[in-house]
Amino acid sequence: MKLKNPWPKYYKKDVVTHYCPGCGHGIVHRIVAEVLEELDLGKRAICVNPAGCAVLAYLYFDFDVIESAHGRGTAIATGVKRSRPDLFVFTYQGDGDLSAIGTAETIHSANRGENICVIFINNAVYGMTGGQLAPTTLLEMKTTTTPLGRDPKYDGYPLHITDVVAQFPGVVYAERVAVDGPAGIRKTKKAITTAFQTQVDGLGYSIIEVLSPCPTNWKLSPVDSFKWVTDVMMKEFPTGVLTDKRKKV
Amino acid sequence: MTKTAVKHIVKINTEMCKGCGLCVAYCPKKVLKESEHLNKAGYHYAEPGDMDQCTGCLICTLVCPEVVIEVYDE
Repeated sequence: MKLKNPWPKYYKKDVVTHYCPGCGHGIVHRIVAEVLEELDLGKRAICVNPAGCAVLAYLYFDFDVIESAHGRGTAIATGVKRSRPDLFVFTYQGDGDLSAIGTAETIHSANRGENICVIFINNAVYGMTGGQLAPTTLLEMKTTTTPLGRDPKYDGYPLHITDVVAQFPGVVYAERVAVDGPAGIRKTKKAITTAFQTQVDGLGYSIIEVLSPCPTNWKLSPVDSFKWVTDVMMKEFPTGVLTDKRKKV
Repeated sequence: MTKTAVKHIVKINTEMCKGCGLCVAYCPKKVLKESEHLNKAGYHYAEPGDMDQCTGCLICTLVCPEVVIEVYDE
């Protein structure tokens, strides 16, 4: 008997995650651990965690993790990378962390073109606190704070933060992918590999936005929430490479 | 035909499974199914059914958020 899918080396074994059934975080965590193993970065990797659902990711990752204040992930990653350029530094942030309270840190670290990677998990709601309106919530989407749906007159429009930072000359690689099925998960892994390689090559800032299902707060089954990502969310947030300046640098 | 089909074994850590049903929905050959029984956490865990159909494509391990599925070549 030969095992076809060996356990990722940098993912803790036999730990039940606190995520809800069908959550995209578990899938992206596994991808991160696999990519770090494939690129042989696990021994010098530092992940900066957000406040949000992924706040406890240090319980699952088997490499060094720093817990950041709410939204300040990229600022902390900047400090770590500037003082220890030999380390591999990336942040793992949600949409409430990166695009709401941490907008200033996100935009300025991208504008400075820090040599870090940002993994941005976008599930269109504040997941941990109970499904409130996030900047990325879609129009007419019902949340606990917008029970009649998001009205642009009162709540504004969905914020495309990755499109914003992709315009900056300091951002070398920006891509939006979706965890919406086997093909989407494979593309997510490819995108994260490209982003990590960008930092290893010393080219600069890279950001990967992952559209991730949140079955609990969307009030859908896990399978339906995967379909909702494809049918509804990807219309507002089209996937694909937003900028790729790797050759020009 | 000298080619012999490789058989595969799917092992699921049922106590860690959260019963999200993604592996059941995305299995191309519909090998996996939802169990009638509950695990300790109270979820209807996934379990392998007709293993002769399994092609070892690893899609179940790809979509599993909890990394509870192991696929073996026999």
